[in-house]
Amino acid sequence: MAEQAQATDTGPRPIVPWLKLAPKPHLEAIKCACGAIYIDPKRVACSKCGETDKFTPLPLSDKGKVYVFSVVHQSYPGIKTPFVTAIVDLPEGISVRATLTDVDPEQAQKEPNKIFNLPVELVTGVAAKDREGHDVVAFSYRPSKN
Amino acid sequence: MRNVYVLGTGMIKFGRYPDKTVPQLGGQAAILALRDAGISIKDVGMFACGNLQQSNAMVGQRILQQIGQTGIPVINVTNACATGSTAFREAYMSVASGMYDIAMAVGVEQMGKAGLLGGAGGGDPAYVTEGKLGSGTMPVVFGQAGIEHMRKYGTKLEHFAKISVKSHKHATKNPFSQYRNEVSLEDVMNARMIAYPNTLYMCCPTGDGAAAAILVSEDKLKQLAGGRKRAKVAASVLTSDPWTDRDLTLPDVSTLTRRASKQAYETAGIGPKDIALTELHDCFATAELVHYENLGLCGEGEAGKFIDSGGGMHPSLGGHDPVNVSGGLLSKGHPLGATGVANICEVVWHLTQDDRAKDRLVPNAKAGQAHVIGLGSACTIHVLTV
Repeated sequence: MAEQAQATDTGPRPIVPWLKLAPKPHLEAIKCACGAIYIDPKRVACSKCGETDKFTPLPLSDKGKVYVFSVVHQSYPGIKTPFVTAIVDLPEGISVRATLTDVDPEQAQKEPNKIFNLPVELVTGVAAKDREGHDVVAFSYRPSKN
Repeated sequence: MRNVYVLGTGMIKFGRYPDKTVPQLGGQAAILALRDAGISIKDVGMFACGNLQQSNAMVGQRILQQIGQTGIPVINVTNACATGSTAFREAYMSVASGMYDIAMAVGVEQMGKAGLLGGAGGGDPAYVTEGKLGSGTMPVVFGQAGIEHMRKYGTKLEHFAKISVKSHKHATKNPFSQYRNEVSLEDVMNARMIAYPNTLYMCCPTGDGAAAAILVSEDKLKQLAGGRKRAKVAASVLTSDPWTDRDLTLPDVSTLTRRASKQAYETAGIGPKDIALTELHDCFATAELVHYENLGLCGEGEAGKFIDSGGGMHPSLGGHDPVNVSGGLLSKGHPLGATGVANICEVVWHLTQDDRAKDRLVPNAKAGQAHVIGLGSACTIHVLTV
């Protein structure tokens, strides 16, 4: 029955398990009782303390700051370049790897100091369709508008 | 643990060998090392073979099929870019433990022109996350490690570029190097950008290569060395990533090297000031810069100043604390499984004033170190002394 239900469901799916689409798109990490935070919820145990069952979900802020970045000019075949890739620090104490949009790649290279600490906000959009016809929703960050 | 010495070394010129197989390339290096040691494969008690891209194919045993099947134990090792140096360490431990008196390590890789970008991301093969969720390619990962240094310490693009200029200059003196052309600072700065700040000349090339070493106990050394100077393995260290806050989002290329370096100096009983030359893992120019600090060649945040003052450059070129006199991965090449053993061979040659390093010998070298990191993660450091 479950398989049938899935076959008829063509709703959007997140590109990674840590992107939650409802009630509004946001990232969700898991936090161990020892304080370690993980963006990927699928794990056997905490790699800091070794505990297996001390995890709680931790919804993440949609605003953060750029820690470091790079401008990608060469990537896998078929991937459009250049684009800015960034490590974004979130206030919960975790960092996320993502694409940074609405920033000119050439300008970022010329003035990297303007990108460090840049306040950014989460945006989501359909990035692809999977083999079953579902829209695949991805996330990125752009300079904060407020 | 017993003292262990490097009795013989062998290396083929790094480059492209489309007409050869991996066992042939590895076998050639092994034969060279056996001849250098003055022994036969029949004298070897165990064999550790490092290869990454054919790691499901019993490369070590196939090398023995090329050079002599004597029934000895063979260990096939894979440990990312630290594959060859991990094989060396296996051979080292088998002698140090007392189990064998003579062990052979071979590192070999045939990459052709295939790159190893890494980090393609899992998930549904109907789509890829690369470019959609940022990038996980190796030029980016190491580029970001360099940018982190720029951010913290004001390091400039020129600092990274100078490293590439230096490596290329060194490589002109090394007949084993895949590339032997000089490049100017302008050439490096203006080359095609791969992943900021790494331009094409700041990224190591792909290629094929093989290197081998014969390790022996002190008793065997006395029997076999015939008065020739041989290098001692003063420290053989292997580490993996400790847990850090940023976890896999920003792979940490520094912490595991720092831990390995501390252990290596403690074990060898020497410090960075005693190191006459360093072969370190310059898969990208940005990596070399951060490793100056990780290996204690200069103080925290001073890597830019270090390179500006001639740090890393061969003394005959006006430099000090020479790094990657072989040309490094940037010029000599980085055939993944071969790299770790080749780095060790280079250090050994300087310490023993071997003819194979005659045009680039670091004067009065009594101690040197070979460093490799493999992401995912592994770090080896071997300190060698005479």
